[in-house]
Amino acid sequence: MSFITKPKVEWSGQRRNPLGLTIRDYEGGMSTLCAGCGHDSVTAALVQAFWELAIKPEQVIKMSGIGCSSKTPAYFLNGAHGFNSVHGRMPSVATGALAAHRDLIAVGISGDGDSLSIGMGQFAHAVRRNINLLYIIENNGVYGLTKGQFSASADPGSKSKAGIENRQQAIDPVAAAISLGGSFAARSFSGDKKQLVPLIKAGLAHPGCAVLDVISPCVTFNDHEGSTKSYAWTREHHESVTVADLVEPAEAIEANYDEGEELPVKLHDDSVIRFRKLEADYDPGDRAHALEYLERHRALGKVVTGLLYRDSDLPEFHQLSGTALQPLRDIEFDCLNPGADALEDLQRKMR
Amino acid sequence: MPGADSTPRCINDFVIKIGTVNGTGSASANALLMKALFRMGIPVTGKNLFPSNIQGLPTWYEIRASREGYNSRTGRVDMMVAMNAQTYEQDLTEVSPGGYLLYDSSWPRDRQLAREDVHLIGIPLADMVNRHFTPARVRILMKNIAYVGALCALMDIDRDVVRALIEETFAAKKKLIEPNMQAITLGHDYARKHFDCPLPVRAETMNGTDDHVLIDGNQAAALGCLYAGATVGAWYPITPSTSLMDAFESLCKRYRTDPDTGEKRYCVIQAEDELAAAGMVVGASWAGARAFTPTSGPGISLMGEFIGFAYYTEIPAVFFDVQRVGPSTGMPTRTQQGDLMAAAYCSHGDTRHPVLLPADPRECFELSVAAFDLADRLQTPVFVLSDLDIGMNDWMIPKMTWDDEYSPDRGKVLSAAELEELDAFHRFDDVDGDGIPYRTLPGSHRKGAYFVRGSGHNRLGGYTEDAVEYQEVVDRLLGKWETARSMVPAPIRTDSGHHTDIGIIAYGSSHGAVVEALERLAERGIHANYLRLRAFPFSDEVQAFLDEHATIFVVEQNRDGQMRSLLKLETHADPDKLVSILHYSGLPIPSDAVSERIRRYIRKEAVA
Repeated sequence: MSFITKPKVEWSGQRRNPLGLTIRDYEGGMSTLCAGCGHDSVTAALVQAFWELAIKPEQVIKMSGIGCSSKTPAYFLNGAHGFNSVHGRMPSVATGALAAHRDLIAVGISGDGDSLSIGMGQFAHAVRRNINLLYIIENNGVYGLTKGQFSASADPGSKSKAGIENRQQAIDPVAAAISLGGSFAARSFSGDKKQLVPLIKAGLAHPGCAVLDVISPCVTFNDHEGSTKSYAWTREHHESVTVADLVEPAEAIEANYDEGEELPVKLHDDSVIRFRKLEADYDPGDRAHALEYLERHRALGKVVTGLLYRDSDLPEFHQLSGTALQPLRDIEFDCLNPGADALEDLQRKMR
Repeated sequence: MPGADSTPRCINDFVIKIGTVNGTGSASANALLMKALFRMGIPVTGKNLFPSNIQGLPTWYEIRASREGYNSRTGRVDMMVAMNAQTYEQDLTEVSPGGYLLYDSSWPRDRQLAREDVHLIGIPLADMVNRHFTPARVRILMKNIAYVGALCALMDIDRDVVRALIEETFAAKKKLIEPNMQAITLGHDYARKHFDCPLPVRAETMNGTDDHVLIDGNQAAALGCLYAGATVGAWYPITPSTSLMDAFESLCKRYRTDPDTGEKRYCVIQAEDELAAAGMVVGASWAGARAFTPTSGPGISLMGEFIGFAYYTEIPAVFFDVQRVGPSTGMPTRTQQGDLMAAAYCSHGDTRHPVLLPADPRECFELSVAAFDLADRLQTPVFVLSDLDIGMNDWMIPKMTWDDEYSPDRGKVLSAAELEELDAFHRFDDVDGDGIPYRTLPGSHRKGAYFVRGSGHNRLGGYTEDAVEYQEVVDRLLGKWETARSMVPAPIRTDSGHHTDIGIIAYGSSHGAVVEALERLAERGIHANYLRLRAFPFSDEVQAFLDEHATIFVVEQNRDGQMRSLLKLETHADPDKLVSILHYSGLPIPSDAVSERIRRYIRKEAVA
């Protein structure tokens, strides 16, 4: 595998965002994933979302672990620092980076193997700590790089390419995130960019750990008959409970919806995404209800998508820790070091 | 009564060992005793010999007073305070001939358990305390204070000093001062009335502790982290390193909290495990903070994955390994120097890491600061290899000093302005030819953006599976290692002043035992030069020392002679002249074991 830089072609009349950057400025290296991989669609959605939000690439850190999904931070936002860490450990590195610099905009890209098996512990604790991270799980139910073993998100009864049936229970990262005390849980489908882009934006805007599970089919090892993570299956069985409408900051916010029927999420540029409920009885603010709804639909073989749970009042990691507003790494040394006199004074009590 | 004393009259040169049950509050009584001797100007060291348990098991505290300032253990116990019936028999056997054993005579003592050559001092501590104090919890605490009172009389410890200490301790709870002093008086008066006080083994005011302080290594290391400007600490609790982070956090609360807003200028994260703690440190360092984690051997095993990662991706990070007894869980509350190899070559593949070797708390402070500078300058993980003996025991050290001129050496970090001027930035380009490339911090400038990866990468930072490109990077890392040799703290050489071809090499907490052993050997006409190692990689001085001596004793606290192995691997020394002197029982190395074994070896060689 080699690393290929995408040629950048400029032409007049390219659309530019308020920073004067074109969408090409938000791209990365050429993907080396299989043609048709769901992950590449997620990458495209990320490029779109960051460009539309006009986020400075250098403010962003792209974090990942190991696996097909974890390669993708190389394929978007060339101007952002990327960190391809070790298997299942992306959350801890992101936690440390955010501890050092709380103003960084962090996006973590993980997979079902990376987050639900080897990295289950770190996934759980990133959610629990509510670090300010958009945590995307590109979920295909399979280990691609090692050629098609089941992952922990494979549904019981689903079949591998070799025809073997998975008999173990599946871990649902959305249900897990909600029950772990998470503040934001959403699910989407890599084939549904219209749903995915607003969810990415909402996740980036969320002050805390935003878990976004994206069903992202593996065309090589898990896109066959009998798989429940294939394009065909997901298209047929995914059921959206919310739909997003973007309200530009300049526009007057129209009160089209009945109170309680919508969930506004304010973005970095002060525009607002309104998640409108498609299911009359769905309440994304009610933890017990969300879990019950997910469970009921799982039993029916449905993949529920949309913004499934959000509690924006839950304190984020730095709020919980009481950390200074200024990023720690920027604090002047004089404000960190108590000096010679203090040391002398301190030692008086050691006599 | 015993026959002729074989313990000489020992003024300011004795060992008091106190056997109690853990969880009974004896620690504060022992600290009181130790501090009282210190305030009388007598050099002291206190060692905890404690179980991995919260309450109910035997625990000992050993105080060595030495007018010469020796701080290692010896094989001696001059005064045993046997407060634990469970260990009475064992405690009795440990007393040196002619020594003393103080016991609680409230209950009849088994007459079978006696030694002709030990003076027994029975004091009805429980009876006296029960008559004067209620409830039960207070009685238990006061019994401890009462034996301190008895020792004041028996060993001539200044009661005014003791009172002053008690007043300081309870400055915020003044009503506790009088009961504590009452317990002191109970013990004191009984001893004075019934025994010939003071004993020949006793204290006498001197001036051997001016400009010194009492501190343990973990506290000193925490101070080092504070002074070095570390802002992120991530950790997973593990004995014996826990108190390092506890100390860091309480120092930060005091010195790093904004008085107006209450904002914290630090972030301490209790991680879900050591793997995550290491990841957090690496992440924080990458993002530009000074970050560290304190752990012990089992934690290092778990952190290996990230340590190898940080080595290959060239991210600074500081790892404190407060060593305990291995392998595996081993003995968590016992000391050893068993992680040297694990630290030096931690993680799979070709990896090597700078390892700093403090010998006492003062060096824990100094080398902590050095570790952060080194990690930043070399862009690599740096270990500070302390141990339980240094980390958790009470040491007397010369006061720590700080130079306000110090500013942290963050190494080669390109600022946004510098990046702006550059045509292109390549993360792993050896611009200066010293093996150390330039790095950038996230959040500063688009031009500085690069992709950190533990997978194969080339000089430019790009992914590679190309043989030449891969080798170019790992060969440069070796060049960086050569640069590190001259950056790490130099060894300290002490020559005997005599012509000799005998050398001794030691490091870390074995130092104190070697210092005393050198004296004992010299008294018998054996003169040796001494090189105390303070870091790996080895600098040229180490090779020179090895070359200059025909026999080199390598003194260390592990079974396999790990430093000897490291010297064999990393220098050109003739392995036949490296002789291991090993101690790995889990208790701190005693000086007499070192001197005796060296003497025996030399005698045997002479005969042969």
